[in-house]
Amino acid sequence: MNELKIEARELCKRYGNLVAVDQLSFDVGAGEVLGFLGPNGAGKSTTMKMLTGFLTPTSGTAVVNGHDIVNDSLAARRCIGYLPEGAPGYGEMTVRKFLEFIARVRGFQGKAALDAAAAAIERLNLRSVPEQPIETLSKGFKRRVGLAQAILHDPQVLILDEPTDGLDPNQKHEVRRLIRDMSSEKIIVISTHLLEEVHALCNRAMIISDGSLLVDDTPAGLIGRSRYHNAVTLVVEQPERVASVLSELPEARKVELREGELTVFPAEGKRLFEVITDAIRENGWAVSELRLEAGRLDEVFRQITRGEVS
Amino acid sequence: MGASINSVINVMRRELAGYFSTPVAWVFIVIFLVMAGVFTFYLGNFYARGISDMDPFFQFHPWLYLFLVPAIAMRLWAEERRSGTIELLLTLPLTTWQAVLGKFLAAWLFVGLALLLTFPVWLTVNYLGNPDNGVIAAGYIGSWLMAGGFLAIGSCMSALTRNQVVAFILSVVVCFGFLLSGLPMVMDLFSGWAPQSLLDAVANFSFLAHFSTISRGVIDLRDLVYFALVIALWLMINTFVLEIKKAD
Repeated sequence: MNELKIEARELCKRYGNLVAVDQLSFDVGAGEVLGFLGPNGAGKSTTMKMLTGFLTPTSGTAVVNGHDIVNDSLAARRCIGYLPEGAPGYGEMTVRKFLEFIARVRGFQGKAALDAAAAAIERLNLRSVPEQPIETLSKGFKRRVGLAQAILHDPQVLILDEPTDGLDPNQKHEVRRLIRDMSSEKIIVISTHLLEEVHALCNRAMIISDGSLLVDDTPAGLIGRSRYHNAVTLVVEQPERVASVLSELPEARKVELREGELTVFPAEGKRLFEVITDAIRENGWAVSELRLEAGRLDEVFRQITRGEVS
Repeated sequence: MGASINSVINVMRRELAGYFSTPVAWVFIVIFLVMAGVFTFYLGNFYARGISDMDPFFQFHPWLYLFLVPAIAMRLWAEERRSGTIELLLTLPLTTWQAVLGKFLAAWLFVGLALLLTFPVWLTVNYLGNPDNGVIAAGYIGSWLMAGGFLAIGSCMSALTRNQVVAFILSVVVCFGFLLSGLPMVMDLFSGWAPQSLLDAVANFSFLAHFSTISRGVIDLRDLVYFALVIALWLMINTFVLEIKKAD
């Protein structure tokens, strides 16, 4: 039994002069749910395609559970379950036949293949559609078939390319629940351009842009990078007067008034919330809304991927 | 070894089942049988010749295959590219070569089935006279081998593109070249500049020449080896094309 681990070592993929993935190195261990975040075309999918053995790296390599993806591709693929982008499936096949095919290729034989397909149907809640051709299914069901195919052999490593893209909020919620249920004792790598997804699913996030790793952090750490982290926003009568009072506070670094909302940013290492509630009480301001900002992921994302400071 | 044969068989089974779950199989078989009949009985003067053999039947097969086999082969890989399933298939624990071979065998068995369904022609010949059934069996074997050659070319062309129409046209053109490579329209491209040895080699590439020997009832090892090599070569190119151009 090999150690559960993905080690990427200077993975590179070039198409002519275009560098899709540039010297990407990282380690992922058991229990980690890693989110690849990045704008479209950042190299997330290309990285996943290399990890799963679809594309051969131009240089560098990765080792999945001790199996090199270049020299020992089949062994590496055996421990991986992969959901390609858009969850492709053979449209004319029924869900059951498709999953049985996958099971047989994954090495289940005879009745074991039928059982594995049936178990995956149960697990992904496909009980109502097993005899339907895949092309007749809704997007949500197709995605579930794709996930069923990926988890059928109970892989130790799951690689899911945009698992919730294009689904409605209920379907998203359900797919996320399925992924969370599987996450212990496995490595899960998902790619997404949805920030909420990282927050909802992952315990680690890597922001990739132009094929390079920009940030490798926890979702909480990412949010902590937001200038809104621990800022306080309030809606109050006579905001201009309140703003001028609050900007005098030693704990406040900056006060912004935007669309009727007053946001106070804390000075380095200071806590604002208590100070502001005290000020509200002392001055008797008519506050209709008051909240402590956790931080804004979209702002962090923009700042990191575009070097933009808002 | 056993595992790799299993992989090939799994891919083949899936592909073969795919033919029959869409109208493709039935349309192909019906058109193949109708065309084979029309060629045999009208163009081939099956009755008027007064000879009890299946020559009129087999002699049109190269031309029948020229259009019908690329129609079967065009979807093999182009469809996988278009629908994105190529990414699924080639990240499963099987090699590209196993996938290529499995898909090819499915298509070849399918054409073989269509060929077997022409048995009423054979029954007719046997009802009307006393043909040499050994020659007829050789004709069937030769025809099936030739179909395999066309299919291997078609499979390879299909791997080049995600567009089935492009795949179809490319394979018709390449198959046409192979079919006619003994005839002047191809030879003229080479004569005048190529050495005689190359001219002989090109002339020897002709499907027609090798097929006609077999269908006369002469099963020469060289002809069998020829078709086996043609199939193996094109499937190897097919694998290579997929390896270097997996994504679009």
